[in-house]
Amino acid sequence: MKSQIESFLESVQQVETLEEFQSATEDLCDILNLEHVVYHWVNSVGERFGAGTYSSEWVDRYLEKDYLRMDPVIFGCFQRFTPVNWKQLDWSSKAAKAFFLEAIEYGVGNQGYTIPIRGPKGQFALFTVNNTSSDADWDQFVDTFGRDLIIVAHEFNKKALEFEASDKVASTPALSPREAMAISYLAKGLSRAQAAQEMGISEHTLRVYIEAARHKLGALNTTHAVARALSTGVIIV
Amino acid sequence: MLRYIYGDSLHNFPLLRDTMFRDRADQFKNRLGWAVQVDDAGFERDEYDDCNPLYVVWENADGTHGGSMRFLPTVGQTMVNDHFGHLTDGVRIESPLIWECTRFCLAPGADRKVTAALTLGAGEVMDEFKLDHFVGVFDPRMERIYRLMGLCPDVIGRAGQGREEIGVGLWQMCKDAFAPTLAKVGIDRSTSKAWLREAFSPVAKMPLQASV
Repeated sequence: MKSQIESFLESVQQVETLEEFQSATEDLCDILNLEHVVYHWVNSVGERFGAGTYSSEWVDRYLEKDYLRMDPVIFGCFQRFTPVNWKQLDWSSKAAKAFFLEAIEYGVGNQGYTIPIRGPKGQFALFTVNNTSSDADWDQFVDTFGRDLIIVAHEFNKKALEFEASDKVASTPALSPREAMAISYLAKGLSRAQAAQEMGISEHTLRVYIEAARHKLGALNTTHAVARALSTGVIIV
Repeated sequence: MLRYIYGDSLHNFPLLRDTMFRDRADQFKNRLGWAVQVDDAGFERDEYDDCNPLYVVWENADGTHGGSMRFLPTVGQTMVNDHFGHLTDGVRIESPLIWECTRFCLAPGADRKVTAALTLGAGEVMDEFKLDHFVGVFDPRMERIYRLMGLCPDVIGRAGQGREEIGVGLWQMCKDAFAPTLAKVGIDRSTSKAWLREAFSPVAKMPLQASV
């Protein structure tokens, strides 16, 4: 089993695509005889990135009902770094109980162990293993594999951070023609008023184009947006 | 008793919280003369207190602070990596199996039992969360305390002389250090485990179970 986990970790490190990331969660289920393995990265506005073996019906249901706002697993782990056995969580409210029963209906196991991950710059993610079993068997499983799971969880997270980083570098954001034109005029040294006049639009409209471009370019401010647009070849002056 | 409290739950223990931050001001600013910030309320707090750390705190019988320490995972923001890179040759100490332990503080007049209790708390955390090491910034006094407790700190970098001396080191709680530490605190392992379990189980569950 140990050697299987070791080679599994190596295979996670080789992952290059989201599809491979997804299959890694499936492989881990097979190795550890688990029903589910899920990695997800949560930010303040909701889910940003995830992979796992929950049925798509359950994922859809979860998103549709916005369970992120009441899921005791999220509440018990958010901004923390100590792994949690689901049994320790607060399932006492009526809503939480109903949510739990519904999850089981959708094929989620009754036992779970979730590892919250704190990454650089406030990054936060959750890694969960899930199964149907007795309390005693689950405690035994957690005791045996807890340490390995922490390491696996962080390998998944490293990969996710890698995807995030390469995302920013590799995919060049496409600006709409108007956005590109607005940024180009600024790059040529025109003032906002002059650029607006050249484009035959109001300064207010121009500001909207620039803001949209800034957002797409992931830039801090207008100057940064112009610099990013030039350096990534989005505009040529 | 020992309490394990996340920063975002400190508000549930106002007396313990306030006396802890005051005792920290007393220890780090007044007694040790460190360049720490003390606010108008007399609390010593820094940026890491805002990172939702896990505090291990000895609570006196009257509810006040007897001693405490603060833990943060090294995969996130830590004092050692942010400020003491020059003591580790610029190497970032970063692993899910290493947590940083800082602000080891004793209330004025705290006895050896409190030191032992905090050591025990660190050991329980290490055991429960499958950690390999703690990393911390040591002054010579802390190093002596750790050695006294049988923790064998492994200092990997030092700077300064005498009272100014400071080091970055790793330490751990070995299995056989539990028995003598428990004896010093005067409790058995099951009591210690119960304190830890109490901290990591939801309070809200209790009344519901009682009413069933």
